[in-house]
Amino acid sequence: MSTFRLLSHLMFACFLLYSSLSHAQVEDTDAQQMLTALADSSFAQKKQVVSQIAGSGDERARGWLESFANNKLGRIESSGQFIIVLDNRGRDWTVESALTGKSLGEMSRRDIDTIRANNALRKELESILSVIDLNSPEEQIRLTAARALKGGVDDALAEQLPEWMSNEQSDSVRAALAEALAIYKVEEQGDIAAVATLSGSLNSQARAALQQAMRSDDDALVAAATGAMASIERKLKLNRAAETLYFGLSLGSVLVLAAIGLAITFGVMGVINMAHGELMMLGAYTTWGMQQLLPGQPGLALILSIPAGFLVAALAGIAIERTVIQHLKGRPLETLLATFGVSLILQQLVRTLISPLNRTVITPDWMSGSVMINEALSLTLNRLYVIGFALVVFAGLMLIMRKTRLGLEVRAVTQNRAMARSMGIKATRVDILTFALGSGVAGLAGVALSQITNVGPNLGQSYIIDSFMVVVFGGVGNLWGTLLAGMTLGTLNQLLEPWAGAVLAKILVLVFIILFIQKRPRGLFPQKGRAAEG
Amino acid sequence: MWLMRPLQERSTRIFLGVLFASLVIVSVLHVFMPQNSALYVSAYTVTLLGKYLCYALLAVAVDLVWGYLGILSLGHGAFFALGGYAMGMYLMRQIGDRGVYGDPVLPDFMVFLNWQELPWYWLGFDMAWFAFIMVLLAPGLLALVFGFLAFRSRVTGVYLSIITQALTFALMLAFFRNEMGFGGNNGLTDFKDILGFDLRTDATRLGLFIATGIALAIGYVICRGIVTSKLGRVSVACRDAEARTRFLGYRVERVQLFVFVVSAMLAGVAGALYVPQVGIINPSEFSPLFSIEVVVWVALGGRATLYGAVIGAILVNYGKTVFTGIMPDAWLFALGGLFVLVTVFLPKGIAGLLFRTKKADNTDKPPTAHEAIA
Repeated sequence: MSTFRLLSHLMFACFLLYSSLSHAQVEDTDAQQMLTALADSSFAQKKQVVSQIAGSGDERARGWLESFANNKLGRIESSGQFIIVLDNRGRDWTVESALTGKSLGEMSRRDIDTIRANNALRKELESILSVIDLNSPEEQIRLTAARALKGGVDDALAEQLPEWMSNEQSDSVRAALAEALAIYKVEEQGDIAAVATLSGSLNSQARAALQQAMRSDDDALVAAATGAMASIERKLKLNRAAETLYFGLSLGSVLVLAAIGLAITFGVMGVINMAHGELMMLGAYTTWGMQQLLPGQPGLALILSIPAGFLVAALAGIAIERTVIQHLKGRPLETLLATFGVSLILQQLVRTLISPLNRTVITPDWMSGSVMINEALSLTLNRLYVIGFALVVFAGLMLIMRKTRLGLEVRAVTQNRAMARSMGIKATRVDILTFALGSGVAGLAGVALSQITNVGPNLGQSYIIDSFMVVVFGGVGNLWGTLLAGMTLGTLNQLLEPWAGAVLAKILVLVFIILFIQKRPRGLFPQKGRAAEG
Repeated sequence: MWLMRPLQERSTRIFLGVLFASLVIVSVLHVFMPQNSALYVSAYTVTLLGKYLCYALLAVAVDLVWGYLGILSLGHGAFFALGGYAMGMYLMRQIGDRGVYGDPVLPDFMVFLNWQELPWYWLGFDMAWFAFIMVLLAPGLLALVFGFLAFRSRVTGVYLSIITQALTFALMLAFFRNEMGFGGNNGLTDFKDILGFDLRTDATRLGLFIATGIALAIGYVICRGIVTSKLGRVSVACRDAEARTRFLGYRVERVQLFVFVVSAMLAGVAGALYVPQVGIINPSEFSPLFSIEVVVWVALGGRATLYGAVIGAILVNYGKTVFTGIMPDAWLFALGGLFVLVTVFLPKGIAGLLFRTKKADNTDKPPTAHEAIA
């Protein structure tokens, strides 16, 4: 096995040194021949065919080998044509021609003969593929391949690596290759010099190599490895802290989004809107509806649902204000009850009209996946977007409240309603607009939430208590307080979670707020002056 | 004596008269009517009525703090459930070795979770007197600590409402955890007998129904006694103008604390009587929705009347039974609509409708200080 591997790598590497892989294609007859050999030979022979294919220099070789490794290379039984299966879910498979890359549409899986690989072969293929990738002109592909090599370097490859490194243009690829080589050296040879390279590495294979070195008999090696390990642990701790902070901020930004609309209606108008969560739910369902209207374009639908969600929730908010809240002015406790009734009605409405079950909202491609900061820390993209979105919404609201005529009037009415009215401000109009604004922001929160949580009739309920806590904690009527409180509570929750568990963390946060309110009954940033005596 | 004074009031006498008359009528119809008679009251109905009476007692407790103290508690379900759990623990211990696993000490769910011995807070619950004291003490202590913290720092109004809601929400989450030792989300159930009487017999059910009626009567008289006493007048003063009362030299937070704790204990008793009748207690009683529903019973019946709370509790729950029987989907619409309609169109509830012509007495809420300014 190992001799074979060595041979194949050497052969292959020699070839790589003399030819450029990029745009070569072998004759179709040769290709057909090679693939036929692959399909018809025994597993032992397949290995040779694989290295033959890899050595052919054909630009399609990578695709063939990769789909072979994934059991997606096949042959049509009737015609003998080789195909690559694109989608093998269900009864009919989507396929394309292996030779021309032309799409062949869907085909019953019974007509396809899959060319099977076994685990030994797959392992072989993996390193061959990464070697092919290492020669790709694309830096990103080379980097991914170099990272994949860590822990997978064998004797043959180790001999080749220094040469590749000297030919490599990109620093990051070279560093990754150096690390891969160092892991090999520490693991196989107990090389102390290589330990230094691994110090501070976040790769789990590097840690495994160091741990192995720490168990060796060589005292100097053990000392070096222990030192390197300690520096890795420090770095890991830092990364874990960064990750917790990220999750905390992401949860916090959700809380801020949910609470900031509330901060406007509750804080500025003094109106308790228990249906706020349901307005968020409406925003989330708007996203779902948009995606139903524009099938196949989840991204566009999502962008369109930002204004649409705002509008739907704002209109619903105006309806609530006109029918219920305006009749209960100056009676906050009754407002609380009535809007709670509204929230029950809205929930049941969604259950009856749409479905009591959760709806699936598709996350567009540009929002899924994650950004890798380093090997121990990667940030999921959708949460990153939500954090950004929350900050944008916050900044927008801040601008409206500080810089526009509406904001000025709102603040005037908040501080002294009678005086504002005698200055000619139409307080009722301001009420409606403020409430619409707060509700619209709830709709925006719903659009954002649809990307990170289930969209169902209970969506609002699960956030309403939390968002009230944020507003109360931050101080009523203070947007900065809401931002700070949301982020603090989110981070606190995430900090407590590892040792207390999710449920207990939530309980502890609630208890913390209850106690905090004792010390500062009006929140972090209390309103001052006569406006506070409302 | 403050407890005797209510008995001389006409309204209290009418209330007690109607209550006892219904207790007697239901009992007579249940015991003496032949089963096929149209007037026969089945054991199921007796238990259902008993459940309504528990809710009525809970509503009276909420009305005491909301109607006469101005504190809208959205967390009274927590006190109700705590009383219920205290009773449930007693009933659990009464099962003894008749459980599925036959363990003489540990309840079934603990055996299932591989617990080796009873947690310390379960000790003593095999004795009825201890459990019954805990029915009062558990919710009372929670109310005492919570109220002390809240009233001392003058958390009132909407803030207090939201905090009470958070309290019951936090407790619900806590009781859902298996590690708490209260049976997790299944709660406590499979009760066999209470004080030696088999819970499944009709006689025991009737007895519980009557006991609930008597508890409601006593609770009503206690509340009435409080609100007609000097302390009650101060509490109404706190409700209407807290700052002014404080400036007049009254220790507002003490009054608030006292009334709040009494109310919590009443809620606990209601919960304790509720559990043997429905046969289960689980964390859903802690849900914020339930607590806020109680408030709407009071609002429908008429705030600050006490008997209104009873009327509201019975009416809404009867409606719930009917609605969930014929069209379950419509119940939340009806309940939601009720919230809106009552607060917007019926600020004084049914009691206000009944006695619209009567001159407003001192229980009617005058405009509060800042309403008068606005």
